This record gives sequence, C-alpha cells and structure tokens, in this order.
Amino acid sequence: MSLSELWFILVAVLFIGFFFLEGFDFGVGMATRLLAKNDTEKRMLINSIGPFWDGNEVWLLTAGGAMFAAFPNWYATLFSGFYIPLVVLLLALIARGVAFEFRGKVGSDSWRKAWDISIFLGSFLPPFLLGVVFATLMKGMPIDGDMQMHAGFFDVVNPYSVVAGLSVVCLCIVHGLMFASLRTEGALRLRARELARKWLIPLAVLLVVLAALTFVSTDAFQTRGVILAIMAVVGAAAFVLAGYFMKQGREGWAFGMTGTVIALAVAAVFVALFPRVMVSSLGSAFDLTVYNAASGNYSLKVMTIVALSLLPFVLAYQIWSYFVFHKRIHEKTHLEY
Amino acid sequence: MDVLDLARLQYALTTIYHFFFVPVSIGLVLFVAIMETLYVVKKDENYKKMAKFWGKLFLINFAVGVVTGILQEFQFGMNWSDYSRFVGDVFGAPLAIEALFAFFLESTFIGLWIFGWDKLSKKVHLACIWLVVVGTTLSAFWILTANSFMQQPVGFSVQNGRAEMNDFLALITNPQLIYEFPHTVFGAYLTGAFVVAGICAIKMLGKKDAHLFKSSFSIAIVIGLISSLGVAFSGHSQAQHLVETQPMKMAAAEGIWETTPDKAPWALISGINVDGQKNSFELNLPIPGLLSYLSYGEFNGAVTGMKELNAQYNQQYGQGDYIPPVKTTFWSFRFMVASGGLLILLSLYGTYMALRRRVDKAPRWYWHCMKWAIALPFIANTSGWIMTEVGRQPWTVFGLMTTADSVSPNVSSGSVLFSIITFTAVYTLLGGVMVYLFVKEIKKGPSGEKEGLEQPHDPFEKEVAHVS
Ligand code: HEM
Repeated sequence: MSLSELWFILVAVLFIGFFFLEGFDFGVGMATRLLAKNDTEKRMLINSIGPFWDGNEVWLLTAGGAMFAAFPNWYATLFSGFYIPLVVLLLALIARGVAFEFRGKVGSDSWRKAWDISIFLGSFLPPFLLGVVFATLMKGMPIDGDMQMHAGFFDVVNPYSVVAGLSVVCLCIVHGLMFASLRTEGALRLRARELARKWLIPLAVLLVVLAALTFVSTDAFQTRGVILAIMAVVGAAAFVLAGYFMKQGREGWAFGMTGTVIALAVAAVFVALFPRVMVSSLGSAFDLTVYNAASGNYSLKVMTIVALSLLPFVLAYQIWSYFVFHKRIHEKTHLEY
Repeated sequence: MDVLDLARLQYALTTIYHFFFVPVSIGLVLFVAIMETLYVVKKDENYKKMAKFWGKLFLINFAVGVVTGILQEFQFGMNWSDYSRFVGDVFGAPLAIEALFAFFLESTFIGLWIFGWDKLSKKVHLACIWLVVVGTTLSAFWILTANSFMQQPVGFSVQNGRAEMNDFLALITNPQLIYEFPHTVFGAYLTGAFVVAGICAIKMLGKKDAHLFKSSFSIAIVIGLISSLGVAFSGHSQAQHLVETQPMKMAAAEGIWETTPDKAPWALISGINVDGQKNSFELNLPIPGLLSYLSYGEFNGAVTGMKELNAQYNQQYGQGDYIPPVKTTFWSFRFMVASGGLLILLSLYGTYMALRRRVDKAPRWYWHCMKWAIALPFIANTSGWIMTEVGRQPWTVFGLMTTADSVSPNVSSGSVLFSIITFTAVYTLLGGVMVYLFVKEIKKGPSGEKEGLEQPHDPFEKEVAHVS
C-alpha cells in the first residue's frame, strides 16, 4: 500500500469518526426542537453534549486539515467547487457553536428562542449539506482538465443529493436521540427512546431510496458491487438490531448499532470512490484520484509519523472524557449551560 | 471589484476579526490557570471565585474564536485554491498538525474543565486548564509555522510544478518563526493582561468588589510588564531579521525610498508620497544613525531603499512592481510600536504600585487610562498583522508565488461577495452580542448580584451563591 492510499484511509477514518461523534450531537441539537417539552428538558439535552460537541467538531477540522496536507488538489477542488454550500455550512456551524455558550447567559425568553433557532438550524444544515456534497462527489461533478470544478445549481441540488442529505439528517436524529436516552434519566430518557423508534421508519424509507438512487446515479455498484452489497447487508442487520435493542430498552447497544449504520454509510462512500477522490462528469480522465491529488512522498511520510504518534493520545483522552461524564443527567442535576 | 480584490478583502476582514479573539483566549486562559493554581495551593475560595469569573469571560471569547477559526481553515481552499494546490504539500502539514495536536487538546480539556468542577479532583481539574494553556500555545506555534513559511519559505523544493516539502525540521526551525512565535505569543499574553487589568481598573473606579480585583490586577500588570518588554525585544530582533530576509517590507515600514547614507537617521513620522516615490517631509529624531542601529544593532550601515530594491527584484523575479502599499505598511508599523511604548509605560507604573502594595492608592487618572488602554493591544495586534501581510505584497509566499496567482480561478465574484456580506453580517451580530455579554458579566462581577439570583438560567450563579 502506498502512503497516499494510507492517507485516503486516514481521511476516511476521520470522516467516519466525525459523523459517528458529531452525528449524535447534531441529532441532540435537533432533538431540542423535536423532543424537548420545556426549557429544563432543552437544557438537559444541551448539557448532555456540553462537554463533547466541540471536541467532536474538531474531527471535521482535522479531516479538512488532513485533506489539505495529504491531498492538496482534492482540498482545493472541493472547497472552491462547493463554494456556496460551504458558506452556508460555515454560517450554520458558527451560529450553532456560539449558541451553546450564549443561550443560558441571559434570562429572557426571546433571547433563548433566538439561540434555540440557531441550535436547530446549526444542527440540521451541516449534516444535510455534507450529505449533499458527498453524494455529488460520487455522482460526478463537472471537473475540467485543470482540476477546476465549475458546478451549476442543479449539479449540486438534485433528487439524489437531496435524498442523501435528508438521509444523513435522519441518521443523525436517530443516533442523537439514542445518545440522549443514554445520557439522561427519567421521562426524557424514555421519550427519547420512543421517538428514536418512530424515526426508524422514515429513515428506513430514505436509506432504501438512497441505495436505489446510488445504483442508478453512480457507478458504485458496478465497480464495487460485492463489497458494497456486503456492507449494505451488515448495515441492514445493524439497523434491525438497533430497532430491537430500542424496544428492549438496551440503550447502549442500540446506540452502538445506530453508530454502526452511520460508520458503514460513510465508509461506503469511500469504498465506492476509491481510488478516485472526486469523480468528473466530463470524463474519467479528469477524475481526481488518490494518486494525482496527493502530496509528495516526503510530506506524506512526515504526516504519517505525526498522525500515528498523536492519534492514540487523542483517542485516549477523548475516551477518558466520555468516561468522566458517564453519569446520566436528571432534572435536578446542576446544569452548566 | 474583481475576484482577487474581493477575496483579499474577505481575507483581511475575517482574519483581523478572528485575531481579536485569539490573543484574548491565549492570554486569558493563562490567567485563569494562574488563578486556579493559587486556589489549589492557597486553598482560598476567593481565588476560585476569580478563576470562575475570568473563566466565564474566557469561554465567551473562546466560543467566538473557535467558530471564526473554522472559517479560516476553509478559506484557503475556497478563495485561494491555486495557492492551496501550489503550497499544500508544505503548508497543509502544519495546519493538519495544529488540528490534531492543539484543537483536540483545547476542546476536550475545556469541556472537562467547564463540566468537571465537581467530577474531578482539584489537581486533575487544575491540570485540565493547564493543558488548555498548552493547547492554545501549540496552536499558535503551528499556525505561525505555516505563516512563517509564507514570509521566508524554507524546507522545500519546487517539483512537479509546486512546492514540495523536503525538510520538516527546517520548516519548524524557520528563523522567521524563531522571532514571530515569541513576538506573537508575548503579544497575546500582553493582550490578556491588559484585558484583565482594564477590567480591574473599571472595578477599582466603581469600588464594588474592589478587594477581589486587587490581586488580579497585581498579577496581570506583572505579566503585562514582562510581556510588553518581551514584545519590544522580540519585535526589535524581528525587524533586524526582516532587513536581511524581506528588506522591501522593512524599507516600506520605515518609508525609505532612496538608499540611506551610512549613518541612517530614523524618522518618527514621514509624509509618504507614493506617486512621486518620495517623502514630502521627514521628522527625524536627533540621534545620528538610529535607523542603522535599529536595522543592524550598530550606529553604522546604509539601509537599502525601496527604489533600489525594486530594481533588484526586477532583475531577479522579472518585470513588475514589487513595492508594497507603503502608507499602510509605514503607519501600521508606527501604530504597533507606539502602542507598545504606551503599554510598557502603563505596565511600569502599575507594577511599581503593585510591588509597593499600593494598588488601592493608585490615582483615578491611572484607572481611567487603564480602562482605555484595553484598546491598545488590539490596535497593536491588528496593525502588526497588517504590516506583516500587507508589507509582503505582492507576494503570498515571498519570492515564490504572487497573490494574484493564488486566487481561485473557478469562483465568481458574486459568490465571494455573497460570502463577504453574510459573514460580515453574522460577525457584526456576534461582536455585538459578545460585547453585551462581556459587559453584563463584568457588571455582575465574581460575587454575583441580586439580579443574578433571579435568573435560574445562569448556572454559575447558583454555584457562586452556594459558595458565598
Ligand atoms: C514595541 C515595539 C514593537 C516592535 C519593534 C515590533 C516589531 C514588529 C515587526 C518588525 C513585525 C513584522 C514582522 C514580520 O513582518 O515578519 C511585527 C509584527 C507583529 N507584531 Fe509587533 N512590534 C512591537 C510591538 C508589538 C505589540 C505591543 C504587539 C501586540 C500586543 C505586537 C504584535 C504584533 C503581531 C501580532 C505581529 C504579526 C505577527 C508577526 O509577524 O510577528 N507588536 N512586530
């Protein structure tokens, strides 16, 4: 395996980590609207992700940084090509990030309402837009011989990409509701679990449509049919198990299963792409690949050493922080946010 | 305006804005860590109160710093994709390492610190905030590694039509970085110190809680003195280094058009005439050879002027105009240095009062000065970056790539305009909210007032009420 292939895997791992982790806090963010009945419940939800959401978001920053360092052409083409969606993504992340910190600082209702909107939109738009971007990456975008992407509105927004975006949103909602039921106590915990079960149905529909559209709109199943079929079967099994565990009230397991579905879905994108990183709709000669988009060998070697020596520590202290805050939040818990 | 101008405008706006918050975060978190250390060592609850009070301000500020920072990382790819392609091999690495090394550390341990007051032992909790201090400093180091490469490209060779890294060690021991890193970090500590000292001044003027703020002031002003001297010395060395590596920037910063005589005089201010390539007047200080001293460390030595340098660069890099916007570079340098001078004076007096334990006897005019002096480090930081970046023009990477070649070729000016307008709107709103919250928290103070207790939504209030 060449270093650029290794870095393709590392970028994939970073995105999987991001969607698994930030996935649930996006979901919890949306649950403040979908689930919470009063202000206390809203605050319980926000506090359930309070210590984690910022660290989770760093997975996205690291994935972006890794793309920049290991695949400058990928980073350059993607970020300049998806200009407007990324502006909206940034605005959403900005609104959401400060909302957690600011919401509890002033006692007035309209103040809290404004930040509630920020939290909801800031948790809905990013997974939606990232879903759109990843779907169109696979479908193919007008990328010319100079690796420049010139996309029109309908290249980015089309039935396939919208279904993908909604699927990611829905996945995050279910995953987030399971996280909420894992981190809270009392009525909220039970309602979160029940609501997660209800959302499984639209999610199932969306995922089936998404798989069908992927079959039609991309070459994924032609090139990687067997692996993707296996992943789909495993994913479907995890999905069914998630529903089963929710019914049984085994929240940890159910959360693990919704996480598995997310991880498989993200991994599938990278499996389908490889060895391409961006598909050109103008001809496969213009595809960006792991080879023509990568940095030089020296740079990749340095990055590999740095990443492999730091990542274990990062994982260790992030896991530790989940351990420190393993206690469930109930109505009388002292809430920071 | 074309895409290039718009992209530059956006870069200037968003980066200057982002850098209002960065130095405050770096400086304030150090202060919070010191306060909590005093609490743990001296077991005095007042220090805990103060650590929480400054911590609250730190967190408000940090939130804005983080969200505006995400945009910074995206912006290279969005607006400057040709730049990213050309230097990503070298420049991307420090950015990725910053995320991996620093951002994870900061974000995780801040989470542990905020939510861990009664879940972690005192010492572990204290260790968390110190790890955040380490994280913010590491973050500065890696991003400045990237910036230093733009000032003085090292550790690379041009291959396959782009800059490729061939010596990582050279990249992180870049001579430019050796000056830029301490200068920027001292500047950040100075900013934190003057934000703290200025808030203390407001409290001293108001008398409420004055006793709680006395010790904060004494510590802040000592940090302020040390770091203001640190900034001046490192800045002086950096200027000397620039004379060797980017003489054009330094000549512009001093408004030197013609190469000077051997004993070069230093002008306090000059009337820069860009079109005529000369100065309409120069107000020289009566110290012969002062500019030679500032440039070389001795009162002798001619300083090469911009015209001669431009001729040289035309030979070296091809036909073109290599003179940066002189007025901007000249005046931003002066604003920075003047702020630095004032900060040193204010720190000296404050430290004198603090060491003689006469802080409460300091005259009111001093507190008024300190209140307004909160603005000074922000002026210095901003003008410092303007000098560094504008003075490097027309280059993005000195001698290697011009700004005009760096911009994204596939992005329309409409797109950039859309993002400038939306970001400016959101940033303005954020700035307003932040100032409002800062004022509110400062008014409330560390003990919390009646007003605070009626707000069940402020969690810290309840805590403080328990304590007191
Ligand atoms: C007191 C005398 C000072 C001197 C002689 C000085 C000198 C310099 C010089 C020569 C540069 C340009 C570096 C380059 O282009 O490579 C610079 C940049 C800068 N200065 Fe200062 N400075 C002083 C005070 C300050 C103060 C008080 C602050 C902030 C509180 C500050 C913050 C900065 C920053 C943030 C930069 C940009 C980063 C960098 O290039 O280091 N400076 N300074």
